[in-house]
Amino acid sequence: MGSLLDQAVLAHIGASATPRTELVTRRDIRKYAVATGQRLRRFIDGDVAPPLFHIALFWDVVELGELLPDGLSVDPLLPEFPLKRAMAGGWNIDYHRPIVPGDELVMTRTLSDIYEKSGSRGPLIFYELTREVHTRSGEPVLSEKITRILR
Amino acid sequence: MAGPSIATVQAGDSLPTRELVCDTVQLFLYNAVLWNAHRIHFDAPYATEVEGYPGLVVAGPLIGDWLTQCVLEWMGDDAELVSFEFSNRWAVYVDEPLVSGGKVLSVDMENGLVTLDLHVVNAEDRVVAPGRAVVRLPVG
Repeated sequence: MGSLLDQAVLAHIGASATPRTELVTRRDIRKYAVATGQRLRRFIDGDVAPPLFHIALFWDVVELGELLPDGLSVDPLLPEFPLKRAMAGGWNIDYHRPIVPGDELVMTRTLSDIYEKSGSRGPLIFYELTREVHTRSGEPVLSEKITRILR
Repeated sequence: MAGPSIATVQAGDSLPTRELVCDTVQLFLYNAVLWNAHRIHFDAPYATEVEGYPGLVVAGPLIGDWLTQCVLEWMGDDAELVSFEFSNRWAVYVDEPLVSGGKVLSVDMENGLVTLDLHVVNAEDRVVAPGRAVVRLPVG
């Protein structure tokens, strides 16, 4: 173990991105609700956001020239990993308060862990991103851990 | 909409199932809402010829969203989603028929909390996305 991840890669653990602030609009909630097939009126009308709306709200907006041939962009928070192919990932979310139109939300993002495991078909690299969302006045909205796997 | 109360819910209770299919239009709208330009979701020749997938790949978090809908439609307006987790285990392709569902795993009467086991399965009955949620239910 430990053969794939050298100190230069592991040194990125704890790195944080510049906090981002986004304004929540009823229109954006409605578009999200329709695109995900919500059937509850309060979501379709945009009175309150569905539980995974923040994934859309905080998806990176990058310029066309920054997109790679596959349409993805490089996350500046991540080191260059020795394994490239992304596999399944997981999300783990704690909710503190619903998101409603007019909210100005701040998201902080930290690369909280990098580790490796040996899978049945070779080594796997795991990394974890911790994201906290709060209002501009500091009220906590949600916190989450995103785990991604590379092979 | 009234849902179950902590007094009436029991471990083993089933959540309603729902048949789901993500067609090309929905997949486009979902990735447009995210501003996600990943070609495997909208460029069929790229997805099949370059990446070797059998078709357009459904975005993982959309499947996660369907798990939350399974919970929210069951729990009613007076309940509260406390926490939710899911993972994407198998790729899902456009027009693939899926079913979401779940069951009550445990009931914490004292704190009014219920833990739910969730899944989206494909036509081969394979769990493509397992999930878990903790919900605070009204007292009665």
